[in-house]
Amino acid sequence: MQQEVQKYLRYDKLPHIWCPGCGNGIVLGALIRAFAKIGCNQDNTVIVSGIGCSSRASGYLDFNTLHTTHGRALAFATGIKFARPELKVFVLMGDGDAGAIGGNHLIHAARRNIDLTAIIFNNSIYGMTGGQYSPLTPQNSRASTASRGTVERPFDLAELAKAAGATYTARATTYHTSLLTKLICNGANHKGFSLIETVTACPVAYGRRNKMGSGYDMLMWQKEHGIPVEKAKKLTPEELKGNFIIGELYKTEAPEFTEAYQQLIERI
Amino acid sequence: MSAVLPLARLMQGNEAIAEGALAAGARFFAGYPITPSTEIAEILSDKLPTLGGKYIQMEDELGSMAAVIGASLTGLKSMTATSGPGFSLKQENLGFAAMAEVPCVVVNVQRFGPSTGIPTAPAQGDVMQARWGTHGDHSIIALCPDSVQESYSLTVKAFNLSERFRTPVIILTDEVIGHLRERVCLPQPGDLPVVDRKKPPAGLKDYKPYQPGEDGVPVVANFCEGYRFHVTSLVHDESGAPSTNPVVTDKLIKRLHDKLMKNLDEIVLSEFCQTDDAEIVVVAYGAVSRSARRAVKEARAEGIKAGLFRPITIWPFPEKEIASLSRKARAIIVPEMNMGQYRLEVERAAQGNTRVTGVNKVTGELITPSEILAAIKSL
Repeated sequence: MQQEVQKYLRYDKLPHIWCPGCGNGIVLGALIRAFAKIGCNQDNTVIVSGIGCSSRASGYLDFNTLHTTHGRALAFATGIKFARPELKVFVLMGDGDAGAIGGNHLIHAARRNIDLTAIIFNNSIYGMTGGQYSPLTPQNSRASTASRGTVERPFDLAELAKAAGATYTARATTYHTSLLTKLICNGANHKGFSLIETVTACPVAYGRRNKMGSGYDMLMWQKEHGIPVEKAKKLTPEELKGNFIIGELYKTEAPEFTEAYQQLIERI
Repeated sequence: MSAVLPLARLMQGNEAIAEGALAAGARFFAGYPITPSTEIAEILSDKLPTLGGKYIQMEDELGSMAAVIGASLTGLKSMTATSGPGFSLKQENLGFAAMAEVPCVVVNVQRFGPSTGIPTAPAQGDVMQARWGTHGDHSIIALCPDSVQESYSLTVKAFNLSERFRTPVIILTDEVIGHLRERVCLPQPGDLPVVDRKKPPAGLKDYKPYQPGEDGVPVVANFCEGYRFHVTSLVHDESGAPSTNPVVTDKLIKRLHDKLMKNLDEIVLSEFCQTDDAEIVVVAYGAVSRSARRAVKEARAEGIKAGLFRPITIWPFPEKEIASLSRKARAIIVPEMNMGQYRLEVERAAQGNTRVTGVNKVTGELITPSEILAAIKSL
């Protein structure tokens, strides 16, 4: 397994830039294990990323990789997938990247149901710029631009994507790594737009301000607050408050954009 | 090829751009509706799928520029078309294309600004935005057609230059030329040269996608055609990996500049009309050069030695040409549908050799021949 997984990394580009305690490396680990499980072909797969800490992951992966501009990863990926539908395309984004500046591209990629696998690294904060609140920062949490706690309500990106037309949504954490690997595999094997949100820890820019302890403590927080979807069904909204649901959240079938366009070409 | 057209016909400027793109081999368009460029999108949405090509209407201008770059990285000749407000939004990823050296063509059918301005009125207010619209030092090519026929041939040229130099190329046309209908005689397929980007030979050990050739242009493989590498608009080394090394940084930025500036002979196109003995030279581009041509003809009829210099490539700036004209002419007049954006460049290149004046009209109307003639006669 070790060898199968290692071939997906650009070893000469390591060590990575992430801080001690950061969960991004765990997501990257789950991702390459998922690549191995689905037998991902490095020569017909493209990894696209946006801007932010998490989006540096593309540089460490041995594929055709594209590190884009802030928020635009899905739009670049749409161009790639539409131009060459036979390629497999993964898109790595952060929560601010996908939920704020890239929000429009997210809902429209979902609406088109274009066959992209989007993986959101949700660390609840803009980490690279030093800890400003994002659209996924929980209400009342502190950030460098919210010293008294955020007033804004956060997005649920999985719900947003589902409402916009995504045909696969799921959530895991960097504590639940086997689940995360499984969900990435399922998302990658799903035809259509799939979104897998990963709750990951940023002890430096988020945890520290919100007294959440070390990277380890934040992992334990994920363990306690991530409620499996089956268990969540038996809980009342009151009991679910302050927690989040993990697992496969939504799955359906719908026509995929590039296939539908190909059919149009063939009809002419 | 089903894009073949009858030899002579009536055609609109925007339509000629769409047809020129198809003739150049464009097979991908991503855009967003905006007046007065929309016909280009409409025509390509209809024609591209008949050639196996792709049309996508993106959610915004930012996304359409991004999709164009993504498609080009896989090897498809790709373009977008827009006007002022949309051109502002394209700037972000136009910079990406310049920095990551991704061939693509961006059409800006200029309309009156600033901001939303008068959407249906012509202007030439985006001359400087075409040069410096995206942040940071970068090189760029912008071409400026003055007829429907030239809208066609320059679109082919735009794709050729973008593939040759791996750079975004802007077609900076305007509402007058975009919506003008006139007779065109389109070349037969094969009459206009079509350039395709270079590909690296297969099986290279230690392939570096951003290692430049002698002309300063790297041979970047298309995605998933045998090489795996990283593309980023961060400063990067020859392998494509991000770098903050001052030596790497300096080398990259200077190379991006030099790859155009050291190959000007291949890039700078211009037209000289009766400039040999001209005492007064009119420097005009785009729709205004049509009025200038008429004004020069009328001035000659009155015995005034006037001439027209028309930059077709407006960026990079025709430095040599203007400098040489400035040494012979008594005065240079630069009529523009803006407050004098190009005139300042002409003044700079003329180095005080001669007087440079402008005819500047910002009413949302085309400058007329009589307005230019009046300026010629006043000197």
